[in-house]
Amino acid sequence: MDASTVIVGLGGVLSASAPVLVASVGETFAERAGVINLSINGTILLSAMGSFAVAVSTHSLLLGFLTGCVIGAAVALVVAFGSITLRQSQVAVGFVLALFCRDLSYFLGNPYMGDQGPRLSSLPIPGLSHIPVLGTLFFKQDIMTYFSFVLIAGAWWYIFRTRQGLVLRAVGERPAAAFARGARVNMLRYVYTTLGGALVGLAGPMFSLSIKAGWKGTISGLDGIGWIVLAIVIFGAWNPVRVAFGAYLFGLLQWLGVVLQPSLPGIPSQVLQVAPFPLMILTLLLVNVGNAEWVDRVLASLPERSRKWVARVLRSLRVLPPRSLGVPFERD
Amino acid sequence: MEVQLREIRKHFGPVKANDGITLSVPAGSIQGILGENGAGKSTLMKILSGFQPADSGDIVLDGTLARMRSPADAIRHGVGMLHQDPLDFPPMSVVDNLLIGAPGGVIPRRREAAAAIAEEARSLGLSIDLRAEVGSLTVGERQQLELLRLLWLGARVLILDEPTTGISAEQRAVLFSTLRRLAGQGKTVIFVSHKLEEVQDLCTRVAVLRQGRLVGAALPPFDVDGLVNMMFARQVSPGERMVCTPGEPMLRLSSLGVERSRIRLSGLDLDVRESETIGLAGMEGSGQSLLLRACAGLVPTVQGRIRLNNADLTGKPYRQFKKRGVAYVPASRLEEGLIPGLTLTEHFLLADRQGGVFIDREKGRRLAQSRIEEFNIRGTPANRVESLSGGNQQRALLALVKEKAKLLLLEHPTRGLDIESVIYLWGKLKERCLGGGAILFTSSDLDELLRYSDRILVFFSGRVSALLDAATTTVDELGQLIGGRGV
Amino acid sequence: MSLLAPGLGETSGKAPKPRSSNRQRWINLGLQIGALFGAFLLTSIILLIAGAPPFEAYKEIFLGAVGSTRSFSNVLVAWVPLLLAAAGVLVTFAAGLWNIGVEGQIVLGAILTTWALRLLQATSLPPALIIIVAMVAGICGGALWAALAGALKTFGGVNEIFGGLGLNFVATALTLWLIFGPWKRPGIGSMSGTEPFPDRLALPTIAGLRLSAWSLGLGLLAVLVVYILLDRTYFGLRLKAVGLNSRASFLLGVPTWQYGMLAFLWCGGLAGLAGAVQVTSVYHRLIPSISSGYGFLGLMIGMLIRYRATWVAPVALFFAALNIGSIQLPIVLKLDSSLSGVLQGALVLFVVLMEGARQRYLRRVRAAVLPPAPSTPAALPSPPGPDALKEA
Repeated sequence: MDASTVIVGLGGVLSASAPVLVASVGETFAERAGVINLSINGTILLSAMGSFAVAVSTHSLLLGFLTGCVIGAAVALVVAFGSITLRQSQVAVGFVLALFCRDLSYFLGNPYMGDQGPRLSSLPIPGLSHIPVLGTLFFKQDIMTYFSFVLIAGAWWYIFRTRQGLVLRAVGERPAAAFARGARVNMLRYVYTTLGGALVGLAGPMFSLSIKAGWKGTISGLDGIGWIVLAIVIFGAWNPVRVAFGAYLFGLLQWLGVVLQPSLPGIPSQVLQVAPFPLMILTLLLVNVGNAEWVDRVLASLPERSRKWVARVLRSLRVLPPRSLGVPFERD
Repeated sequence: MEVQLREIRKHFGPVKANDGITLSVPAGSIQGILGENGAGKSTLMKILSGFQPADSGDIVLDGTLARMRSPADAIRHGVGMLHQDPLDFPPMSVVDNLLIGAPGGVIPRRREAAAAIAEEARSLGLSIDLRAEVGSLTVGERQQLELLRLLWLGARVLILDEPTTGISAEQRAVLFSTLRRLAGQGKTVIFVSHKLEEVQDLCTRVAVLRQGRLVGAALPPFDVDGLVNMMFARQVSPGERMVCTPGEPMLRLSSLGVERSRIRLSGLDLDVRESETIGLAGMEGSGQSLLLRACAGLVPTVQGRIRLNNADLTGKPYRQFKKRGVAYVPASRLEEGLIPGLTLTEHFLLADRQGGVFIDREKGRRLAQSRIEEFNIRGTPANRVESLSGGNQQRALLALVKEKAKLLLLEHPTRGLDIESVIYLWGKLKERCLGGGAILFTSSDLDELLRYSDRILVFFSGRVSALLDAATTTVDELGQLIGGRGV
Repeated sequence: MSLLAPGLGETSGKAPKPRSSNRQRWINLGLQIGALFGAFLLTSIILLIAGAPPFEAYKEIFLGAVGSTRSFSNVLVAWVPLLLAAAGVLVTFAAGLWNIGVEGQIVLGAILTTWALRLLQATSLPPALIIIVAMVAGICGGALWAALAGALKTFGGVNEIFGGLGLNFVATALTLWLIFGPWKRPGIGSMSGTEPFPDRLALPTIAGLRLSAWSLGLGLLAVLVVYILLDRTYFGLRLKAVGLNSRASFLLGVPTWQYGMLAFLWCGGLAGLAGAVQVTSVYHRLIPSISSGYGFLGLMIGMLIRYRATWVAPVALFFAALNIGSIQLPIVLKLDSSLSGVLQGALVLFVVLMEGARQRYLRRVRAAVLPPAPSTPAALPSPPGPDALKEA
């Protein structure tokens, strides 16, 4: 494997990870506001199918992508409605929708299986794409991958550098206090959940109209992506930059799984591609370990000096979720 | 700013929380609002600060009618409320906390805000570390921050709801001097409390609420007895002090050290004797609850030993403590004490470990019925606990304590109860003492502490006073110790 | 408490059901019928979008399910794992847990059953004994996998939703590895699974059908056992207490984390049994997607019946009928068979939303009547789940 193949491969990783990245950043917005959208797995499938179907029928990539957004936003709206207005469990509503949308996508997508649809083409940026390593990596991508790059920066800037981002964080952290400060908590939760859903919906066509072009139903390989997005958001500590890192890591592992497969015979590629999941569990373990009760007990039994030191280490490893994640907000 | 409340009415179902309250507060005054629990103070303040709409009535600020539909509305009119637990955002920085809710453009002006707050603080003689995380500040500092924020946003009416809970004596002095300064600037301060001394010290006028009505107002010099009379309107004689002769030491704490979040107890020595009742006094968050939990094995100790009847229970888990006769009753009834969704019978079946695999419903019902009668709970065995009133829930909680429990650790056992319930419940508790049981309890009610304890410990910021003899201590002495003088 | 701190603030989202007056019972019934109607309406609209006649489709599903003895027996065959999975998740739901990992637990049950069968098939032990041992192995497999999810939650603070999800994927990977690796068919590994077991190592079936009376009996027995467990035993009471308010249960003396783990073990065992049944009675080998989504369907059934065991059997039968009935659709109407999933999802969705509407209506009614919460301890907490005990 020579260097240029590796670079090209890595460039491919960047674009292959783009849909997951976009979906993860979208879900980050929703969870920052305190809403967890468990339906993502189904949404991505449904939006992939729907956008493909529309693109095939209208020969328009634009309409296809737009459809994906709309579908994602619509499903997220149902989650928001069920959990904010009707105050049912976010997990319950999201989980049902995950299964419902998935089956819906298979059902409605049946006629489109195997069809050829329009496909996003590469859009190298003139000039920049000729830079040795960086050009291949960053500037020979398609437009949606460029969008994903911009999204990382944009999302980070929005959440951490703008007033609205402050309010978003406040709503997720302590809705009662945010409400007292004049934030319309439930409305904002609706907005961010739907926005997040739209971004998640965008990931669908980024698959079916680009990387995994076409609709192949149950063997589309998209079933399961949504669950990993949820894990990436946690791994990324609800910070778009770190979330992006998680998405790229996942993409890298997937690529390595394919690349290293010849050297590891007897192990089907599916196994290697599933490898990231135990990694995610490991991460969750690490980030949650400071919170368990038995840890408190062990800590208490340590001598003073080591206790302070260990406590500090645990605290730095600890990842704080938005405190109101999953909890409905009731105006007194 | 002058504040006028006209005929404010608010009801919740059949309960009239505010029943036609009319009150005028001139600008530059510090208006005290006194009243016992349930008098309607909180509701009134929530209405004034926009948290709740009144059913009818008007709020007039400086002669103009004001419509408050939300807290944000209120602050626009210049009314700001400082809650007991400041509504801020612990993981965020001080500056970010300030900016949330403040008007402005897309990019928040952090430097400007920081400078403005620093200036505001300086003018009041306060100091705030602007880069700190709000979660790392003390309650008093968070209060100050909130106050500064409200002033920065242009509040001319400041409502403080029981602000002195959980802050040190120095911080209280700072708070009071700040409030006086603000009043001197023409701002109006409304100070809600049930602490007579503070109201006496600070306020330039006092209004007393009782059962949703304004029953009296006073100007300094205040006649404390008269105020108490207006607040309670009955001379309640709780009867003789019930005294049980203490026996042998049952619980021995030696050099106990416990720490949790920001509170730290260390080097505590205490012997609790049989039949004895020890009251733990102090502001919330001073360490009393921590001690109770440590004595139940709910919080691990970092230092020292806990011995119960000569068995060393240091470091053992809660169930060991429970097995040896320790009973812990938490303060929050429905969050930690009872299980909403289950009936009284089911609670009793849970509490008393039952033998056998299959539920004996008849036995459970009889058990529940007998406990209901014993504790005078207004409910039936088949009632779900969430349908009981607060007072009955508290009775149920105490009824769940096992018969054979020898050491009762009670957090605020009579919080929110009317005086009759308090007397009744203490009657039941003292029966335990007659049987050799010991009680450790926390309370914010000084009268309760003095009346029912044999000895009292006062906590202040993790420091513990010497044991006081309840029979000879006065409310004054207690109050001072709670305030930090002499602990 | 947030969803991701070890103390789950809100898990199954079941608010305690208030005592129903007669009027409320009528409202409940009305809402349930409304949910049914809404689901069928939505599915019909979807069918119309797909260009298919709705009633025709429903008719085909119906015929596909009960049209012949053979097809109905297939429905019963599909009923069994659903019964087991649904019964299992009811136990975890009672404890306030979202056992999303139930899929993986079924898979591990199948894996261990296969392992046991492979181990013992060459011996001269009587087939009945081998089968029994293998099924016990399956139960253990599922229970083990569930215990893993439980341990991750109890000791690692990993929310069981994510732990379960991750373990599901690991289980799938394990299956694939076994099928293509150590257990592959002689020659070349293929997606059709491992080498099928000899006929003697299968649960005896009824005259020429795929249905085994034994597995059916096991399924129904499981539902009965779970019903009794949850409703009539102290274990069930304590489990429910933990699910409703684990902090208070702990203080009252219920060993919370143990009960959480036990709930996982129960569900895992039943799920493992489902996997074992799939191997010994249906497929006679290990195939890649041996759990066939039954785990998730079990969760859906649990949500549909509002977590009470009374209606498990009929609803599971209905779901099984939908699944089997829609197999015909691609042949007869050129429709994808996932229509059954669409209908099932629509049903659960509507039930959940109707429940929300009902609670909203009740809240409105109550707010006008009851006094407010006292200003200090709050009146009603949101339904909590089993916390790793957190000190306030």
